[in-house]
This record gives sequence, C-alpha cells and structure tokens, in this order.
Amino acid sequence: MTARGRNAPRIVRDIAHARAGDKGNTSNVNVWAYDCADFELLKRNLTAERIKREFPQLIRGPVERYEIAHLYGLNFVLHDALEGGVNASLNLDSHGKSWSYLLLGLTLED
Amino acid sequence: MRKNSDVFRIGTGAGFSADRLDPAVDLARHGELDVMVLECLGERTVAFAHRDRMANPSRGYNAHLERRMRALLPVCKSAGTVIVTNMGAANPRAAALRTQEIARELGLDGVKIACIKGDDVTDRVPMSQPFMDEPGTLADVGRPIVGMNAYLGVDAIVPALQAGADVIIGGRLADPSMYLAPLMLCHGWQAGDMGRAGAGTLVGHLMECGMQITGGYFADPGVKEVPQLAQCGYPIAEVAADGSAVITKLPQSGGCVTEATVKEQLLYEVHDPAAYLTPDVTADFSRVQLKAQGKDRVQVSGASGRTRPDKLKVTAGFDDGFLAEAGVSYAGPGASTRGRLAGDIVTTRLKETFGISDARVDLIGARSLFATAGLPDVESEDVRLHVGLRTTNRDEAEAMLWEVESLLCCGPAGGGGFRGSITPAVMTKSVLIDRALVTPSFEMLVA
Repeated sequence: MTARGRNAPRIVRDIAHARAGDKGNTSNVNVWAYDCADFELLKRNLTAERIKREFPQLIRGPVERYEIAHLYGLNFVLHDALEGGVNASLNLDSHGKSWSYLLLGLTLED
Repeated sequence: MRKNSDVFRIGTGAGFSADRLDPAVDLARHGELDVMVLECLGERTVAFAHRDRMANPSRGYNAHLERRMRALLPVCKSAGTVIVTNMGAANPRAAALRTQEIARELGLDGVKIACIKGDDVTDRVPMSQPFMDEPGTLADVGRPIVGMNAYLGVDAIVPALQAGADVIIGGRLADPSMYLAPLMLCHGWQAGDMGRAGAGTLVGHLMECGMQITGGYFADPGVKEVPQLAQCGYPIAEVAADGSAVITKLPQSGGCVTEATVKEQLLYEVHDPAAYLTPDVTADFSRVQLKAQGKDRVQVSGASGRTRPDKLKVTAGFDDGFLAEAGVSYAGPGASTRGRLAGDIVTTRLKETFGISDARVDLIGARSLFATAGLPDVESEDVRLHVGLRTTNRDEAEAMLWEVESLLCCGPAGGGGFRGSITPAVMTKSVLIDRALVTPSFEMLVA
C-alpha cells in the first residue's frame, strides 16, 4: 500500500502497475492489476473515454484500449498525446515516460 | 555458434546506446551464452550518427563501441559467444574496421567480423514519399536530410551467421531480428515458419531493452521493490526449440525477473498486442502465457505470428537546428511565486525584445512534466525555472540563454544556479518502401 493517509481516496496505483512507451507522437501505457480480483474494478475505472476526458489538452487524438484479460492487463494507445513527440516536444519528459503515472494517479471509483 | 544443450542461451549486453558496460562483461563471463546482443539504436540515434559521419567519415557509429569491444571481445571469444549488434549505426563498415583493429590489438587474431550493409537507402527513396503515419511527404519537412535507413530483418543477418561470424555489426537492424536470426539457425526454424518467427520475435522484444525486464524502469519503492538495483543484471533467455523461453538473469546480479517485470515489457511500445510488426513477421502477443518457475525465472510461451508486412519501414533523419535549454533555481518561502515571476519575465522579454514566442517555460518542483496534462500546480519551496526552445537560428538560442542568465541580477530575489546549453537537434520521420529497394549483404573482415 502507499504511504498516503488512511482516508485518502484510492488511486489506480493502489491496485495496478504500469509502464509507458512512445512511438512518434503516440504514447502507449500498459496497466496490470496486481490481483485478478481487482481487474474488473480496473476495467470499470480505466475506460478509453475517461482517459481522454481527464487529459483533454494533452491527448489530442483518440484513445484505444486493448485487453489482455488472462493476464489482467490493459493497453492504452494515446494518439497525438506527446506534445509532438520526442522530435518536437519541449516537455522535459519528451518521451512521455511519466505518462504511466498520469494513469496510476487517477482516483478509483467503485 | 555452439549449441551446448536443448536450450539456446541468448543474452542482452546493452538495451540502448548509453547502456551500462560492466554488467555486460559479467554476463559474458558467467552467462554461458551462445549469443550476446548489444541493442544500441533508436530512431533518433541513427540520425545523430549520420551527423557524426558527415562531420568525420570514419565515425558515425556508437560512441561506446571501442570500450564495449575492448571489454567484451576477449570474454566472448573465450566463451564461444557470438556478438550481434547494431552499434554500426550510420557507418557499420567503419565500426567493423575499428572492431577488427581492436581485435588485432588484443591479440585475437582470426576473429571474424561481419559487417551488414544495405540499410542505408538515402539515395533510393524519393522526397515525394508520403509519411507512414501522418499526412505529408518527406519534401514537406523543409530541413536538410541527414540519412534514411530501412529496418533490416533476419534475412540480412542469417547469411552472416551461417558464414561463421564471431561478431555481426549492422546499422538499422530491427531489434527483435537480432535475436530471431540466431534462434532460427540453431533450432532449424524455416524462413516461412511464422509461428516460430512470432515466438522468437517475442523473445527479442522482451530482451531488447536489457534491464527493463530484470527490474530496471520498474522500481517504485513501497509498491514495487527491486533488490540491488545499483547492481542490476542484464537478462538471459533460455529458448527451447518450440519457441518458448525462460527469462532469467545471473543469480549473483541485482534486480529481479517476475511476472510483473515481464508483463510491463511485454507491451512496452506495443499498440495492438495481436499485431506487432517487424520486417520478419506480424507477431501476435495477445495469447502469451507467463509462468513463474522459481526465483528470477519466468517462462513465456504462446506467442504466434502471421505473414510479414509487405513493405519495410524507413526512418528518415533531418537536421533540425538546435535545442536550447536554460535554468535558474529558487528556494525558501515564496519560491514558487518568485519562480513564476521569473518565467513571466523571460516570456515577456523573449517575445517583446527578440520576437520569440515559442519557448516553453516550466517550473520544476511546481509544474513541469504534467503541465499540459492539466494537473494542478504544487506549491514548493524548492523550484527550478527551466526554459526550452527549439530553433534553427543559433542567434535565437543564444538570446534565450542570455535572457535566462540575466535573471541573476535582473530577476526576482534569491535566484541562483544558472546553467544553459545549446545542443544539435534532429527530427525523424517514417515512410514505407518496397522490399525490392533494399538489398542487404555482408562483408567479412578477419582480424
């Protein structure tokens, strides 16, 4: 569990781990539930629509979600979501390596 | 290549251009490897290497090639381990010649070094070629081209292995192909066997980023612990004839191999898990099975594949001027507010005095990586103003650095620690070309 307070809202990082990668101006973030019992909760909370809605300025293109259900994993493809990508972005993290923590920081709702 | 048991042992000794060397030497010495792959090439790395080659025709290969070869050649030679690498970058022949010299200096006479040619298609691709994944053509970039390289697959590597090379040095060899080629040869997989090609490509994909599968790019203290990360070991794949593999590492090395580390790498830089494209195959990772087999051993199986893509991907690199960066720090009460004021001053002066309106201003510690994502500012008492600018005009880059430095006397109270740099920038674009335009070959050099 995290070091946050007892009453803090639960976040995706409490039940899942993730890794981000880049191809051009497209980011992908794979997210995996630690426990198979949490996979449905993860799926309900991390929909393509919600991720697009949470970061409208960053994610300018569509969001796709792929499921690897037997491994309790989701893979998100975020199009036009890297401020131009590593060639053009002036973000200090021009690869968007930290985008995994954008998703892991989202709150969980039952 | 020797084959000392039912499984073929293939290790990674570098997962990117600047990856560590000492754990690679450990792995070469103790890993009992048939093959060690040194994957050192990203799309932008090739473009930077082309710039190096243009400045000096005997350069243009990986900056650490000499150190890597000096350390690894003797160990790999005595262990009977073949080295496969794309460290040749934009100049594989120069890299092979340098490796030949090093082998001779080390007294390793007779070492056979194969240089893979044919990935440089700069003279073969018309500027009217449309981009692979966005509107427009190469001509639309409007910047000087530095080089274009096609991704070469197993058909470029297998003949050099068959000829008995001890070291294979290429430029734009597709990362997973460097693993699949020796697997095909040792296990007798046929060129048209797309199922095995998919399985071998999975092995390559999992291994190609080195420590990203043994605990690197993974640790999150309190949530995801990784032991001895400072001594993290490179991965080993023990690959069976059916294409299944066990991912592991040297027992004495740091890091860990768990289902979780393997999962994160399974879909790293993958879009559709059922369609991972390489020059060799359309690989399907969507039904991969993972099974922990004791400490730091995870078995992977169930990858498959179908017809390879008709066309080959080409990365075109362009000179894109300069990336200028500069910063000043603020700490103590009101630091965030003073830092924001400093940013406003720079923005105003760059615009009004120099006509520069596309610099980016971040306040590290308060608002930077997630600024565009819209996360709220953090009030911090230790922040750093960071200004970034991409420009093809060196005078603009220098003006930005000067403006940020001037904050030391002209800006808010307590600003210190100015640093500034101007570095060359490149841009890359992707196009698809007919396979007929690419004719790989190899040249064998003997030390």
